[in-house]
Amino acid sequence: MSAEQQPGRHVDPEATTSTEPEAAPAQHAATAVATDGSPGHVQGHGASEAPADAKTLLSVEDLRMWFPVKSSGVIHRTVGHVQAVDGVSFEVAEGASLGLVGESGCGKSTTGKLITRLLNPTGGSINFQGRDIATLKERELKPLRREIQMIFQDPYTSLNPRHTVGSIIGAPLRIHKIVPENKVLDRVRELLEIVGLNPEHYNRFPNEFSGGQRQRIGIARALTLNPKLLVADEPVSALDVSIQAQVVNLLQSIQSEFGVAFLFIAHDLAIVRHFCPEVAVMYLGKVVEIGDRDSIYQRSMHPYTQALLSAVPDVKQAAIGGRRERIRLEGDVPSPINPPSGCRFRTRCPIAQDICAKVEPPLLQIGPKHKVACHFPGTIGNHPTKPATTGLLGLDADGNADPRASASSELNTSPGYADRWYDIDRQSMTGA
Amino acid sequence: MFAYTIRRVITGILLLVVMSVVTFYLFYASSTTPERYACGPKCTAAQLETTKKSLGYDEPTYVQWGKFAKGVAVGRTFPDDPELRKAAPQLVQECPAPCLGFSTGYSAPVRSLIQDKLPVSFSLAIAAFVLWMVGGVALGITAALFKGRLLDRAIVGLSLVAFAFPTFFIGLLLLKFVSIRWGLIKLPAYTPLTENPWLWATGMILPAITLAVVYMAGYIRITRAFVLETMSEDYIRTARAKGLNQRTVIGKHTLRAVLTPLVTLSGLDLAGLLGGAIITEQVFNFNGVGKLSVTAIQRFDLPLIVGIVLLVATIVIVANIIVDLLYAVIDPRVRLG
Amino acid sequence: MSSSPTQVHDGTRSQSAGDPLLVVKDLKVHFPTSDGVVKAVDGLSYTVERGKTLGIVGESGSGKSVSSSAIMGLFHGSSAQLSGQILLDGTDVLTLSEKEMRALRGRDVAMIFQDPLSALHPYYTVGAQIIEAYRVHQDVKKSVARRRAIELLDRVGIPQPDRRVDDYPHQFSGGMRQRAMIAMGLVNDPSMLIADEPTTALDVTVQAQILDLLQDLQREFNSAVIIITHDLGVVAEMTDDTLVMYGGRAVEYGKTSEILTHPEMPYTWGLLSSVPEVTGDTSAKLIPIPGNPPSLLNPPSGCHFHPRCAHRDKVPGDLCVTTTPELVPGGRDPHHLKRCHLADPEDIYLQEVLPEIAPDLVDEIAAPEQTGAPGVHGTTGTTEQGGRA
Repeated sequence: MSAEQQPGRHVDPEATTSTEPEAAPAQHAATAVATDGSPGHVQGHGASEAPADAKTLLSVEDLRMWFPVKSSGVIHRTVGHVQAVDGVSFEVAEGASLGLVGESGCGKSTTGKLITRLLNPTGGSINFQGRDIATLKERELKPLRREIQMIFQDPYTSLNPRHTVGSIIGAPLRIHKIVPENKVLDRVRELLEIVGLNPEHYNRFPNEFSGGQRQRIGIARALTLNPKLLVADEPVSALDVSIQAQVVNLLQSIQSEFGVAFLFIAHDLAIVRHFCPEVAVMYLGKVVEIGDRDSIYQRSMHPYTQALLSAVPDVKQAAIGGRRERIRLEGDVPSPINPPSGCRFRTRCPIAQDICAKVEPPLLQIGPKHKVACHFPGTIGNHPTKPATTGLLGLDADGNADPRASASSELNTSPGYADRWYDIDRQSMTGA
Repeated sequence: MFAYTIRRVITGILLLVVMSVVTFYLFYASSTTPERYACGPKCTAAQLETTKKSLGYDEPTYVQWGKFAKGVAVGRTFPDDPELRKAAPQLVQECPAPCLGFSTGYSAPVRSLIQDKLPVSFSLAIAAFVLWMVGGVALGITAALFKGRLLDRAIVGLSLVAFAFPTFFIGLLLLKFVSIRWGLIKLPAYTPLTENPWLWATGMILPAITLAVVYMAGYIRITRAFVLETMSEDYIRTARAKGLNQRTVIGKHTLRAVLTPLVTLSGLDLAGLLGGAIITEQVFNFNGVGKLSVTAIQRFDLPLIVGIVLLVATIVIVANIIVDLLYAVIDPRVRLG
Repeated sequence: MSSSPTQVHDGTRSQSAGDPLLVVKDLKVHFPTSDGVVKAVDGLSYTVERGKTLGIVGESGSGKSVSSSAIMGLFHGSSAQLSGQILLDGTDVLTLSEKEMRALRGRDVAMIFQDPLSALHPYYTVGAQIIEAYRVHQDVKKSVARRRAIELLDRVGIPQPDRRVDDYPHQFSGGMRQRAMIAMGLVNDPSMLIADEPTTALDVTVQAQILDLLQDLQREFNSAVIIITHDLGVVAEMTDDTLVMYGGRAVEYGKTSEILTHPEMPYTWGLLSSVPEVTGDTSAKLIPIPGNPPSLLNPPSGCHFHPRCAHRDKVPGDLCVTTTPELVPGGRDPHHLKRCHLADPEDIYLQEVLPEIAPDLVDEIAAPEQTGAPGVHGTTGTTEQGGRA
């Protein structure tokens, strides 16, 4: 009954670990990214592009993580929930990268932990390669751990200081018993080379490496089992700027060589823009806008995305001097224990109206690869004055049920993108 | 805070119940015949049987524990067996609640035995505690302030030496030189504080110093480490950047932060000592709980052993609750609930 | 180690209108350790005028924070060896006794630290900490100091300051803690404010709020400000002058508008090319600086950057390895100083670096100067620049 015995679903262990088919690309990757030491001319990388027509690898639907809040009486009772993640849906295709951005407390890291099943979700489904892994038991998760790996933020605390690099990287091989013991070292050396470290340094301890090198070790460890999906939680934010670029380049090389898909969680909007052809913006446990790079960075429709982007200080401003024009957000993010009714962003939103407090805006597809959760979606300065969503939801302009209208059946709530979407200018469904 | 305390007290009582059960079963797991010690060396088989019965050792362990628990709750009468009571009414003794049982070795109620010895152990523990806290913290701070210099090395080195010597050695050394050879202080003996404070103090000083030296060595090193760690904190840099003088930076900002871990550690250490300092009491021949527990174990005196175990456990549990409450008072970030 | 004795350029500006409030001349901060001397800052010179902002950029270990701690006199009583001059309003703080320095610290020069959660004492209320900072230097009653604390908390944008003054730091959000930290720094009206990575620990929208606040306050108090950061975007938007540090030395120094548009030192190019931008061309490449920051215990000979420099082969001979370049004016502007042997950095930047990292800017920057016309430097993300509320 064990999932480990299911044939077919998982890649044959022999094939994944045989060194032959990878030897060549590994060499190539190593030369491309081994930037330690030799100055020479360093290969730069342009922004990542999405693979065309790739199959869906991960499909997350209505994912929820509510942490109970206990009372302080003699007997602890659950008096509320921290709604850390509340109804998040998205898809990641094979070999693709989805960026998850948002400010601290928006639930992006919790989402990452749910997908790697370090946390047990309160609700929703996580379809990985067609199978719902949201409710799997710990024992059934073991084969999954090969397929989905995680890269952590802090290269100083995420590696055990008492283990050699070789045993850290080789541990997954031993735990999953997929290579004979005498082959483990070969694989470790190969991985060290892939991430641009000296393969002969397998005997050293983590403290003998710099921060950037340790992050490379963490990446090698994550790659050990040839995962299909890497969840990278702030993989470069603890590193110096010059080292950040090295690690981002390494991740790009690895993606193009091995076809790994990434869920890239970061607060740095610029790095996400560079690494991820598709981006989801989260606020207080919900996805407020998701779309391809151009939709989010050039034509964002959600006031929060716009505020976030306009807040990033811009080097180009040096030529002009002074601060960039920006949308100023007042105050702080509200508590996720008692989030605002309706749209969670409305308390800080510059364009909020009555309907925003009454009705939660659906994550509406408004372009071929663009969804936004706002009653007044529009580019900066072009937000409509009347809610654009009422027709679809069967509401009047104040957010009350409209007896003459009913909710449209064309509202797409699935995690992926549909062929037809809602044209906000014409207020009707349209297609490619 | 109130609800928290109530909850902690309830869990504490449950823990005590569990510990008493475990003690009963552990005692019988040691495959001994406790009645033999009670009966004496010239005991016939028939006498042994009677003793066993009169002490209740013939009954299953859980029945014995049940009677003990009842005694704690409502009191009991010895011996338990009604026939024995009828046979020898002159030996019947009432033991009011909370009754911890009847010591077979001392032929006295356990509670009164412990009550007699407790002031000795308490005096010793508190006197030692004051000495080691004052000395340990002061020397620890000094060492930290002179980090790496001669004074620091001397303090740390001496504390290591003190730490290395066994308690009985330090005790005997003090006894031999201070009391016997130099005659500075007369031989230590316990006098109740209420009777004569001066005699209490002079009689207590050598054992207290003995006990304190060992603990002080540890506290010097701990305090030094805490102070050094705190001084590297960002908020200490902030304090200096305000233009505060060194005295305020150390005395106010650093010490306030060092206080928290020290309170936790010292509270638990003191609690451990209140239940008796076995070696020190032996060396100076002080009739405290420590000495009592040694005797109890030597004589397989089950009721006395259970009584002492519960006493020590109660002290530790109460100290833990107090320390946690204090923690919330000292550190505003800690919210009990 | 093998660096030839260099004539350190006097960073003092002659063209400045107001007299400089802070003049740092040939500052050296060395830490003797059992492994040798760590030269955290090795010959640093710069000036800051009243009402002006200097940005110090560099990575960890570049010495950017150490130099500001030296201005605060925080190395008093430590093993650090300091030399050179730090003239604060004419007084050399390096010659002051600890007692004299204490009187200055927090009154004439104040500092704001990176992580406000760890920089505020967890056991004292925010108000108590501000009151303490005020009463160290002002002989006033507690009630007066408390009013002052509330007034400043109000000024930095803390809602309900009369109530929040009695809160502990952990009861504040990250942004509010940094506001409180700023209030504490400003409580004695210092003429000099040093902000060490003031927004690194904050979220981007909060960072924007804090930077707005810092700028408003600077205008109001006309103080001189040093912002230490690794974020070139912050430097671009906040500062008048920029000092780029590498391995304990200044490698490029000048007007921010100059340094970030026409950088002449390969390390500055490297910084610009390793950071992607939110706006601009997506075909721009991310080109990392190879290798790791240098060891200050055993720095590379000659130019500290040479082991990581991609343009070393353009300098004749082994000059980069053998000789430390001096911090001298480059070809463009007498006030734009760079520490590099490259003869024609401008050409290399325009022809080799810029096309890779910002293809969209090549024409604009290569074209003759068209200063004063902000539209010229508009980015490709013009949709975002226009029509913003």
